Amino acid sequence: MLCYLCKQKEATVHLAQIAEGQMQKIDLCEDCAKEKGVSDVTSVSLASLLMGLAGNLEATKPEPAGTQCPVCGFTQGDFKKTGRLGCSVCWETFDAALQPLLKAMHKGERHGGKIPSKAADAIALHQRVKELAEELERAVRSEKYEDAAQIRDQIRELESKLKAARVAG
Amino acid sequence: MNIEQLLSNPTEWIFNEGPNGKIVLSSRVRLARNLRERPFPGWAKKTERQKVLEVIQPVVESLPEMKEHFASSMDNIAAIDKQVLVERHLISREHAAKNVGSGVVINEKETISVMINEEDHLRMQAVKSGLQLKNVFKCIDKVDSELEEQLDFAFSPRLGFLTACPTNVGTGMRASAMVHLPALVLSDQINQVIQAVNKLGLAVRGLYGEGTEALGNVFQVSNQTTLGEKELDLVERLNKVILQIIEHEENARMTLLEKKASVVYDQVGRAYGVLTNAHTITSKEALNLLSMLRMGVDLELLPATTRGVVDELMVQAQPAHVQKAAAKKLTAEERDTLRAELIRNRLANVAKPTMEGRPPAETDETETA
Repeated sequence: MLCYLCKQKEATVHLAQIAEGQMQKIDLCEDCAKEKGVSDVTSVSLASLLMGLAGNLEATKPEPAGTQCPVCGFTQGDFKKTGRLGCSVCWETFDAALQPLLKAMHKGERHGGKIPSKAADAIALHQRVKELAEELERAVRSEKYEDAAQIRDQIRELESKLKAARVAG
Repeated sequence: MNIEQLLSNPTEWIFNEGPNGKIVLSSRVRLARNLRERPFPGWAKKTERQKVLEVIQPVVESLPEMKEHFASSMDNIAAIDKQVLVERHLISREHAAKNVGSGVVINEKETISVMINEEDHLRMQAVKSGLQLKNVFKCIDKVDSELEEQLDFAFSPRLGFLTACPTNVGTGMRASAMVHLPALVLSDQINQVIQAVNKLGLAVRGLYGEGTEALGNVFQVSNQTTLGEKELDLVERLNKVILQIIEHEENARMTLLEKKASVVYDQVGRAYGVLTNAHTITSKEALNLLSMLRMGVDLELLPATTRGVVDELMVQAQPAHVQKAAAKKLTAEERDTLRAELIRNRLANVAKPTMEGRPPAETDETETA
């Protein structure tokens, strides 16, 4: 059996995971497995693994107290002092700390109002990425790995477009 | 135009009587916006603030709505003129304290004003007389859309427009109406009304906004939350609540006339007496008495034409306006003397309130013509 990712070398690493009652399997060669950091896959879904999202999962853990905004250098201590944020990127940087605050402060947790026309395009892209991610999950679950690879490529393309538009999720 | 030209213009929203103008003085909607990835004004260094001002100000000045306008950086506006702008609600008290790196653009009619580098990079507001929140929202929404074409606003699909303070995130919108509620105050019902309004997630504040006194029985009713609701839904919700407040105030006035007519006549009559005869008066006393006079006009104890005079005086009797009219530095005592003179002169041709043909005091019968 050839490696699912490089399709060149013999697959020697066989991963299986049971999620929602279904078994997902993937076969990789040793090099690709290493590259993807497959040593402890217990907490990573196969779809995430394919998307290279394993690293991102860690980034969404609550920020440690000393976190600084990469753009403006603002810290959580500054927020406690002033009750104001430093710049628009702080909203991403301190997201975990802000969420409970917003929940207590406002009617809802999601914006329900005006969407500026520039952002509307980006939001449509976001939505498409979300749909594709679900398709990817389904493809992997039903072991249609070639479809999965195609979907993955589509997602990557859309995400690079989104990155260019620099719209935060 | 320069500041003298701007300030010598009649303020449209004060002189035109709008819908429900007896009780609602004005409707106002402001939007908070920020540029992407630039430090917010409170965190930015001076040079960063100046850069943002240089980016935003020309774009605002180029809007069709701003064809005739006044624009300036805050360090180029004299302290007294800043205070006059605050008293006309064209800039916030916080913005008046700003200098280099902050600016303001105001249209000729004083119906649209844009503060640059207040708490957010942009605070734009529209105001019209009376209760017409939806029209006011549409007006400022158009300005916002025009600005968005040329400026890169910080926006997140999940959290909406990103602001310096979490209380504004989402729509960045604060819609408010200034309401004149003398009868609810006189009949001690105002606290009940405020509490009921607060329970609906709306805020009631004094004349100059947060933490200020309700001088002249004027209150500001506004939304408190900005995340999770559509702008127009919120405007509609606020509108409904204000219509109810109007009803309560009207009922309170009717009840006062029915049950305590002598109190009403006394309050209006005394207000007229003091205002037309005082030789020294503080702005607080003046505003409170003008409020009684305004109610007298609404109850037809004074001719309807007096309302314009009273509304104008409610603006011009404020400290910075008196100071500005004198064109020199005044002590508080001198201001009080000049204010009394201004009011006496403006009310000189207003006949004293007439209670004739009104229901006699202290009766329950109100069927008199």
